[in-house]
Amino acid sequence: MLDFLQNLGRRGLAFFERLGRGHMFLLRILGSLGQLIIRPWLVIQQLYSVGVLTLMIILVSGLFVGMVLALQGYNTLVGFNAEESLGVVVALTLVRELGPVVTGLLFAGRAGSALTAEIGLMKATEQLSGLEMMAVDPFKRVLAPRFLAGMIALPLLAAMFSAIGIYGGYLVGVELLGVDGGAFWSQMQASVDFSNDIINGVIKSVVFGFIVTWIAIFEGYDCIPTSEGVSRATTRTVVNASLAVLGIDFLLTALMFNV
Amino acid sequence: MNSRSVEILVGAFMALGIAALVMLALKVSNLASFGGDDGYEVHAYFEDIGGLKVRSQVAVGGVQVGKVTAIDYEMDSFRARVTMKIGSQYDSFPIDTAANIYTSGLLGEQYIGLEPGADIDYLAEGDTIEFTQSALVLERLIGQYLFSSAGK
Amino acid sequence: MTATDISTKGDALVQIRDLHFVRGTRKIFKGISLDIPRGGICAIMGPSGTGKTTLLKLIGAQLKPSQGQVLFDGKDIHKLSRKGLYEQRKRMGMLFQSGALLTDLSVFDNVAYPLREHTSLPEKLIRHLVLTRLHAVGLRGARDLMPSELSGGMARRAALARALILDPMMIMYDEPFTGQDPISMGVLIELLHTVNDSLGLTSIIVSHDVQETLSIADYVHIVSDGVVVESGTPDEIRASESEWTRQFIQGLPDGPVPFQYPAPDYATDLYGRGGA
Repeated sequence: MLDFLQNLGRRGLAFFERLGRGHMFLLRILGSLGQLIIRPWLVIQQLYSVGVLTLMIILVSGLFVGMVLALQGYNTLVGFNAEESLGVVVALTLVRELGPVVTGLLFAGRAGSALTAEIGLMKATEQLSGLEMMAVDPFKRVLAPRFLAGMIALPLLAAMFSAIGIYGGYLVGVELLGVDGGAFWSQMQASVDFSNDIINGVIKSVVFGFIVTWIAIFEGYDCIPTSEGVSRATTRTVVNASLAVLGIDFLLTALMFNV
Repeated sequence: MNSRSVEILVGAFMALGIAALVMLALKVSNLASFGGDDGYEVHAYFEDIGGLKVRSQVAVGGVQVGKVTAIDYEMDSFRARVTMKIGSQYDSFPIDTAANIYTSGLLGEQYIGLEPGADIDYLAEGDTIEFTQSALVLERLIGQYLFSSAGK
Repeated sequence: MTATDISTKGDALVQIRDLHFVRGTRKIFKGISLDIPRGGICAIMGPSGTGKTTLLKLIGAQLKPSQGQVLFDGKDIHKLSRKGLYEQRKRMGMLFQSGALLTDLSVFDNVAYPLREHTSLPEKLIRHLVLTRLHAVGLRGARDLMPSELSGGMARRAALARALILDPMMIMYDEPFTGQDPISMGVLIELLHTVNDSLGLTSIIVSHDVQETLSIADYVHIVSDGVVVESGTPDEIRASESEWTRQFIQGLPDGPVPFQYPAPDYATDLYGRGGA
């Protein structure tokens, strides 16, 4: 029993210590963002690896998710003679929920794990220490650009996911199942509100970009600098970032749509 | 990968993302339709607006011409005051046009249907539509039916 | 300085005073004090796991000691602001065991990196400076290779070129000879010597390769179990009367450092019922 309590206590302390380190880390990152204005090239390079390289999986997933939504939605709606509302169903689902959330999850899996592994390897091969000893702050040159790039890339990717998903829904609903194309778009436009739905979706994706990138680079920076430590940190990034996305999505949805 | 092609690809990526956002804003949401100052506002008073909401459609003959921009309750007359914005290209509705609250389909959303009158003056900014018909409320209909059949 | 000087030759560039460092629950340094004399090559030797690399990181202020101080050129390196610390770090180079080259830059760009970060020299001058350093380590022809295409010895030489580019007054070498074939070992020893003599640097070598290190060092500290156990010139070390030092220098399998990891009596362990 006492062993159990001690174990619990130790885990609790370790957890809070890590949480504290994570926040100190975030503060240093935020403090290092300013100097990126004079070095945009660093951010562009990172946008390439977190954005451009993630683009393909986002577009393909978005297209298929939109197509599946249209199929499922059509089968339900046709029972109420309301298949004209298919556009609304597809668009609202994507813009409010699936766009930001699925993009967040895919981003954690593709870009987040890559970020952790890259930074972890830089730590394991003493590149971060090497920068320190060259009097170069790794927060400024290595971590802050990656953080900013992740925060920029995720909202853009989420928007692309939603947009291509809606076209996927259009493809299946209108071209394949014969829903009236005019009704598809006009009902969508009448029901999707710019400030309520689109802006809230964008806010969600910005928050997810922040959380996922933060977790990914912190896990990389905080990992044990061995190959085993790096692979563990990579797994932790995917698990923790995915859980964070889902949990925070619930909180944000409750704040945005139900209050 | 040289720096030029990285820059080009990142530029394309950003452009694509922004294009997707613009598409969401203009083609998917209601931002483009009757957004901004492009139109004129008229008022109408109803005894009962049923499930009418801000952003509900305003239609004539099934064609959307505007949307509801505000709903409030006027304590002087004990009626609901609905403000709607009508697109500026629909600027020649007669002043005796009637506004009715309809329901699209059996369970659909409620909207305002306008029925043009015959006056030679046109509705303009700030005018009030005189002839209105409230929403049909299912409970009230059933109540009326029961009342009238009980009276027979 | 009131502290007792271990070294007597000139004033010391680095002075370590009563340094304590704890990692987890393990005490790595228990009040270590040593001086690195200005100029010349100073070696810090000791068995694996005694925290020699940690000592270099403490000198470079990448780690904070729990007690004690490190004076670099008279300044307490752990009390400086981040900016002041970075100013001092520009005056010290460090050669990591793995080279620590940035993997996404070519050899040329790696060597040019500190210049591009800290100066605004024209590209033509940077090219000139980089090529002279690369020529000095014999890698002028390898300037366009990526770090992944280099052998271990070449990576270390490239890293040396990078450490030299800002003209530091001190270079720290972390295990420069480990895992090198005899030829690259010879090249590295030769390089270390020429670099130190021609540029008038102070070099600190951390190593457990006894013969190679003794052959080039001017002064040696032997560290074990968190303290300095012996200091002196290589000849003094070779002639040491300490049994421990002799075991370390000559690489004897048994001696004061037992072959057996501390364990209960062999016979009772084999036949006894105790333990797991």
